[in-house]
Amino acid sequence: MKYIDEFNDPDLARRLLDEIHATATRPWALMEVCGGQTHSIIRHGIDQLLPEQVELIHGPGCPVCVTPLDVIDKALEIASRPGVIFCSFGDMLRVPGTDRDLFRVKGEGGDVRVVYSPLDALELARKHPDREVVFFAIGFETTAPANAMAVHQARRLGLANFSLLVSHVRVPPAVEAIMSAPQCRVQGFLAAGHVCSVMGTAEYPELAERFGVPLVVTGFEPLDILEGIRRAVRQLERGEHRVENAYARAVREDGNPAALRMIQEVFEVADRNWRGIGRIPRSGWRLSEAFRAYDAEHRFDVGGIRTEEPAECRSGEVLQGLIKPTECAAFGTTCTPRTPLGATMVSSEGACAAYYLYRRMNSPMPQAARAAREEMNPVA
Amino acid sequence: MTADPVVDPANWSCPAPLRDQPVVVMGHGGGGALSAELVEQVFIPAYGNATLAAMADSAVLELGGARLAFSTDSHVVRPLFFPGGSLGDLAVNGTVNDLAMSGARPAYLSAAFVLEEGVELSVVERIARAMGTAAEAAGVTIATGDTKVVESGHGDGVYVTTAGVGLVPDGVDIRPQRARPGDAVIVSGPIGLHGVAIMSVREGLEFGIEIASDTAPLAGLVAAMLDVTPDVHVLRDPTRGGLAASLNEIARASGTGVRLSERAIPVPDAVAGACGFLGLDPLYVANEGRLVAFVPRPAAEAVLAAMRAHPQGTGATLIGECVTEHPGMVVVSTGLGGTRVVDLPLGEQLPRIC
Repeated sequence: MKYIDEFNDPDLARRLLDEIHATATRPWALMEVCGGQTHSIIRHGIDQLLPEQVELIHGPGCPVCVTPLDVIDKALEIASRPGVIFCSFGDMLRVPGTDRDLFRVKGEGGDVRVVYSPLDALELARKHPDREVVFFAIGFETTAPANAMAVHQARRLGLANFSLLVSHVRVPPAVEAIMSAPQCRVQGFLAAGHVCSVMGTAEYPELAERFGVPLVVTGFEPLDILEGIRRAVRQLERGEHRVENAYARAVREDGNPAALRMIQEVFEVADRNWRGIGRIPRSGWRLSEAFRAYDAEHRFDVGGIRTEEPAECRSGEVLQGLIKPTECAAFGTTCTPRTPLGATMVSSEGACAAYYLYRRMNSPMPQAARAAREEMNPVA
Repeated sequence: MTADPVVDPANWSCPAPLRDQPVVVMGHGGGGALSAELVEQVFIPAYGNATLAAMADSAVLELGGARLAFSTDSHVVRPLFFPGGSLGDLAVNGTVNDLAMSGARPAYLSAAFVLEEGVELSVVERIARAMGTAAEAAGVTIATGDTKVVESGHGDGVYVTTAGVGLVPDGVDIRPQRARPGDAVIVSGPIGLHGVAIMSVREGLEFGIEIASDTAPLAGLVAAMLDVTPDVHVLRDPTRGGLAASLNEIARASGTGVRLSERAIPVPDAVAGACGFLGLDPLYVANEGRLVAFVPRPAAEAVLAAMRAHPQGTGATLIGECVTEHPGMVVVSTGLGGTRVVDLPLGEQLPRIC
């Protein structure tokens, strides 16, 4: 923990902040790609401490947020079937599909289990040969290697009752899509450190060159984020645009070769829908032909699902950095973590949820909520 | 997905129907907003009385000229035995602590067992013995009980429900509504140990060192605090939902704000490490042997000293204050100098994907 505490040191943070304040002479808009970074920024109040000229725009990197509605509905459909053990990371359980969520399926008798690793799901498949065990394989490049490993192991062990419902997405095509949008305001990126720890940084120099933006590979502790901002602002002030690694304790240029080999063996690049954003070419992975037998979508025939997002939800614009969560009329009124309209309010890493959870004292309290509170505490 | 106007979960007291939840889900037992909604919208309307609606850890009743604290709690924990304690310890300490949070001196408990067919008698015996030992340590007598057996597959081994009574001393009036701006907010020791201990054994997670539950009876500690001043305003043991849930309940019940200093909150390294690994917040993790107290500022130092002199309060720390700003809300000053809201959890915390 000492190691982590050092990355929370308020004196060091103050020095980095002073340097950022001294460096920034013009307005700059930076995007942190990853929801974990957004969470850390809001949780520690980093955005409140930056100079006014430096704006942080929250990027699309929350795996829970960007998992498309039709995939959630497929998960709900599969999890409801008798004989299935449906395994998921915890934070997917509250994400609403069209008419319910995985918690509801569990409450209605579905065998839905929270696991900490896809290998836990594999172990369940080994223990219950008479049941179909399905793992909800969502996420960015960070979770892909372990999910690939689970399928690889299933084949090696001859487990025919194990499959993945895959919704993997890749960061570089998303960066490209964001920068290609005509309204884009992003001038620099804090690239997601854990994604780069797997993939390395080889995909980024071309993007930095083509769009003229600095990309600073950044970790998740408060000092990591401040250092990432410091370097990005310094580049912008100097008119530079290159890839810098501010997370060298975890990221090598060539990433993690063993993890990359595992991904390449099991997955192939495919077009993919991002919830709230739409289809981005070559932005995802699916199981390759050799492993198609382990694809839950094929095994359970859930191709007929059609879905519709609520019209008033602006989470797509939030995910693309076009608006702040509080600029959406539904924020905190019709859309709350309890009754989310969109993905960004669902996930604990989502930008709307972060603003709702941590910044409500700065938001005007909705009239109904104020009335309820006054009724509850007439003295106050 | 519904798009009709809804109520901010921060204001769950609004008598809205249980939206979107036609069945019980695990979150209804998590000690957060869903639990509160169940009590407010199902139980209180069905029972209809003001004593229950006070929503304290125990009810304080006038009976035969005495002020009696009365409380009940069901205990379901998996596994039945864990580092630092067992179901038996929780069943006794849980009710003892609920009584103590009214300032009462706990006196008598009842113990009702629901046993699942097939459970080994030696397991039941170990739990009963743990209850006897815990009762002796807390200075209470288990005076009555009940046993039921359900068929195999209809229970989780052993469930224990305890109820308890105790006497509230004259001049003591401790309840969430009494928090006042200016009160010092004190926690009796390191937080999060019980929740992380249970998680580590239940999920088979190892965090490098063994983390033991903090389960303990708190009536002695409370008595030591009341010896310093009977004017303790609020006591709460932050069990399910953790410190965050307890402080939110107090803020809302009293219509005051609570401001905490993040760096002052005692989070053991092992708890911080486990929570960091799982993407959980220690403020929301359950405790079974800690209390949070709101005391008038002038008495705070003396109360802290008395707490630190007691075995259950050696780690007592001032973590914040009660304020007039942001009524009903808990706000924490972060280590870096920013601020954030600490909200009532919805249900149980869920580990994050990455």
